[in-house]
Amino acid sequence: MPEARVIPLRPDDDEPFVPPTPPPGWEDHLADAVEFLRRRVTGEYETDEFGFDPDLTDHVLLPVLRPFYEKWFRVDALGLENVPATGGGLVVANHSGTLPVDALMTTVALHDEHPAQRRLRLLGADLVFDVPFIGSLSRKLGTTLACNEDAERLLTEGELVGVFPEGFKGVGKPFSERYTLQRFGRGGFVSAALRTGVPIIPCAIVGAEEIYPMLGNAKTAARLLGLPYFPITPTFPLLGPLGLVPLPSKWLIAFGEPIETASYGPAAAEDPMLVFNLTDQVRENIQQSLYRLLMQRKGVFS
Amino acid sequence: MPPAVVLVTGVSRWLGGALAAELAADPSIGRVIGVDTVPPSPEMLRRLGRTEFVRADIRNPLIGKVIAAASVDTVVHMNISSTPAGSGGRAPMKELNVIGTMQLLAACQAAPSVRRFVLKSTTAVYGASPRDPAVFTETMQARLVPSGGFAKDSVDIEGYVRSFGRRRPDVDIAVLRFTNFIGPRIDSLLTGFLRMPVVPTAMGYDARVQLLHEDDALAVLVRATTGDWTGTVNVGGKGTLLLSQAIRRLGRVEAPLPTPALGSVGRISRRFGFVDYSPEQMRFLNFGRVVDTTVLRTEFGLVPRYTTAEALADYARTVPPVVSPRLVETTSTRLRSVLGRAGDAAAALGERLNPAPPAPGLRAVRDA
Repeated sequence: MPEARVIPLRPDDDEPFVPPTPPPGWEDHLADAVEFLRRRVTGEYETDEFGFDPDLTDHVLLPVLRPFYEKWFRVDALGLENVPATGGGLVVANHSGTLPVDALMTTVALHDEHPAQRRLRLLGADLVFDVPFIGSLSRKLGTTLACNEDAERLLTEGELVGVFPEGFKGVGKPFSERYTLQRFGRGGFVSAALRTGVPIIPCAIVGAEEIYPMLGNAKTAARLLGLPYFPITPTFPLLGPLGLVPLPSKWLIAFGEPIETASYGPAAAEDPMLVFNLTDQVRENIQQSLYRLLMQRKGVFS
Repeated sequence: MPPAVVLVTGVSRWLGGALAAELAADPSIGRVIGVDTVPPSPEMLRRLGRTEFVRADIRNPLIGKVIAAASVDTVVHMNISSTPAGSGGRAPMKELNVIGTMQLLAACQAAPSVRRFVLKSTTAVYGASPRDPAVFTETMQARLVPSGGFAKDSVDIEGYVRSFGRRRPDVDIAVLRFTNFIGPRIDSLLTGFLRMPVVPTAMGYDARVQLLHEDDALAVLVRATTGDWTGTVNVGGKGTLLLSQAIRRLGRVEAPLPTPALGSVGRISRRFGFVDYSPEQMRFLNFGRVVDTTVLRTEFGLVPRYTTAEALADYARTVPPVVSPRLVETTSTRLRSVLGRAGDAAAALGERLNPAPPAPGLRAVRDA
């Protein structure tokens, strides 16, 4: 005779009743803040060789960006399942918006909405690191210089790297050219992915184009200030600092299906034809997603 | 095979003296000859043991006679000055660094007994700029070639050593590119800088700093002198710190100044021989520099005992903090306990005003 089996009568009752833990009150938040300040004063936090400061990012920089993400731009992050939970990956996105706010919002999306809370390590132009405050804050947020050495080092360490191959051509393009991708650099990002064998995750960002609609470019002012462009928007420089407030457009950030590169082998990075083809494939993929998302979005501000 | 006769230049400074003392304590080494322009301090002289001290200027051809007479087989070149203050101005500093190295190399080239040359170089040869990759490996070159000062001298010196290597292919050459030294005894750029109670820094910038403990520097030099490794290697501790973080860990007060003001502070402090803020040091303090030490750990075969953070902590023992960490600790603990009590009181009050709902009772058995 087989042994008797115990069949639970009420399977729901297996879990004992646990009173819900009260949400952390204001005093806990304040105590955390005191503890954070203590760490900042004594220097007892970790930073990495790229200058990334996770403590500052989690307690100051991300909390500052979060209201913009949730309330101002009401970002919808789509296709997060396409971003691997562990290991290296190269997120390639379109760049727009006069100021690189899209990079910051993508960082928040991957940290707050991805189940593995992935940190996006951005690659920035050298101009970023030359500017006081902006440069050092960017490094603390995890950004490093857009060069193959840094990208490959991060990817080898299993980090998720974010790159905007259009660069200044994308972020500083006039409003009339919105959502048309510019040239994708020289394909350096593809060779970095090939050499390290990590997947390329195409990412389309809709909404950033409308935050500072760039109507004109004061080239003389730009040359005087040593900037790649000097934007003229409906509110800037007309309203002065008030013109820096971005328009509250509705954002969609969609991560597409990963394009794997490992099967080509690291030597494929030396094959310019393959690099060009992959670059075009990624660019085409992002352009198509942009069109799809634009159809999906009901209105610019809703 | 251990070297028979070692010549160490720059022996009156802490690191050179420590290396000579270490070599003199090794019975397998025949003779140790220390050279410097100034005699070592009495304390240093005691440590040097059987080291023979020759007071000579390497800018003078006399050095050739010393090398030939003693039939030196290993030369360790450490007499490279990093600050103008230490050598009486920028012009004498450059003279000592560049012309001194050229004279020494000329003497080595003429001496057939020389079979090994060790150069104490610096990671400053990589420069410091916003266009740098975050981490330099030995095969990389400066994006912006340093335009002056110690870094430029070091680039030139490495160049002369490379051409010496081409002319004397039988000589083994080891070039050690050290990061910034730190430790309780060594006198380096950063130890002087961080000893100031209020540390002026460039506003809006924060350098990444990689440090090497003096004991590890010494161990690397000893191994490079007595071993047979050849090539160029970055020498630095594991991990990095931000400059602001290092200042905080030492309990110093950071005073961020706008860059133009920092220039005049630098000129004043240089006049008093306090701390050197030359333009290239400024760039280093703005952007910092990190090097990859894989070659050191795998090929050279030495893992530094101290990480960057541990080396700084060891140095911190010798500098009394201005901001007492204990005060910070007690203040924050007290604040947190006050907050905890206030929170408890508020929670108790809330409980009294609207009590929590009772736990749900047992549910009825469902029908199948």
